[in-house]
Amino acid sequence: MNILLDLFLTFAKIGLFTFGGGYAMIAMIENNCVERKQWITHDEMMNVTVIAESTPGPIAINCATFTGFKKAGFIGALVATLGIVVPSFVVIYLISMFLDNFLELTIIANAFKGVKIAVGILILDAAITMIKKMHKKKLPRAIMLCSCVVMLFINIFTWNFSSISLMLIAAAVSLTIFVLNGAPEQKGGAGK
Amino acid sequence: MIYLDLFLGFLKVGCFAFGGAYGAIPLIRDVVLSYGWLSDETLTYMIAVSESTPGPIMVNLATYVGSSQTGMLGAIVATLAVVLPSFIIILLVTALLKTALKNKYVQAVLRGLKPCVIGIVLATGIYMVVSNCFGSVSALSANFQAIIITAILVASMFGYKHFKKKKLSPVLLIVLSAVAGMVLYGI
Repeated sequence: MNILLDLFLTFAKIGLFTFGGGYAMIAMIENNCVERKQWITHDEMMNVTVIAESTPGPIAINCATFTGFKKAGFIGALVATLGIVVPSFVVIYLISMFLDNFLELTIIANAFKGVKIAVGILILDAAITMIKKMHKKKLPRAIMLCSCVVMLFINIFTWNFSSISLMLIAAAVSLTIFVLNGAPEQKGGAGK
Repeated sequence: MIYLDLFLGFLKVGCFAFGGAYGAIPLIRDVVLSYGWLSDETLTYMIAVSESTPGPIMVNLATYVGSSQTGMLGAIVATLAVVLPSFIIILLVTALLKTALKNKYVQAVLRGLKPCVIGIVLATGIYMVVSNCFGSVSALSANFQAIIITAILVASMFGYKHFKKKKLSPVLLIVLSAVAGMVLYGI
């Protein structure tokens, strides 16, 4: 089969059959791209996962772009990324056409009142999992706590301050502290 | 112009969505609520729908928000915008800048970003759980059904983990919450 078509179909399959986002997809991608098709090696897959953690965006997109690029350059990356996006696009687009009518049914509206509570709990649970995996050092903890408190105030008092600004401040603080500490490897105490 | 707003709004989300889907949710909330594209209610419903349908949650939310604003074209614009940054960054990192992420200054920036994202997600989670149960600051009132459902869901999560030794899947939790909602709000 044409490699581009194969890339598209494989990633479309992964996109269509993985629920629950991110980490569930990594397992599917590993199974399809490493074990069955042998498009990339296990080590490369591990590397992308690490890169994905340090770059923004959905992990599945990162993996698809990487694998596509390895196999067939820029076009390959494009085709694989489209493959993973198209199924969820179609599913959500169809849902978006019916959701409003659907919510007018009392029983469905009641169900969604319950679901709303589950979403809050899921987000809180995701945060707790992230905290458990975090470096147990003072600076990250302090940044985490400050961001949490500021974000709570933003939410409670509907302050007009975006979470992106908060992230930029955190990045700047961390970079400043790093530079002020003399950027460890640089000897001779550059520019204090 | 709405298409430009959708594009720029979701481009911002795509650029700053560190920490996976749940890291992106607070950003999407921010953008969606500040433009007034969806109500907080509808957005929360859509988070649950995105969690229960295939594909990356961020992509699902972008598609839905775009579609709710202007139909197909809006959906395409928002979806492209949310995917574009990670697509470009991975291409750059794999093709050109293999060592960029190991640069110590880039590392220092990331060391600041990651805990900040965790703090933001934590605050969003706390805020959502508390406001579901007790309303907002301007309209405090205990919502008994919500408190009962919260208790049931948390107990099921801990119970499942204790007896089955693994995490209750998000989809199961959502299904359970839907049933609890139908029963408790129905009677």
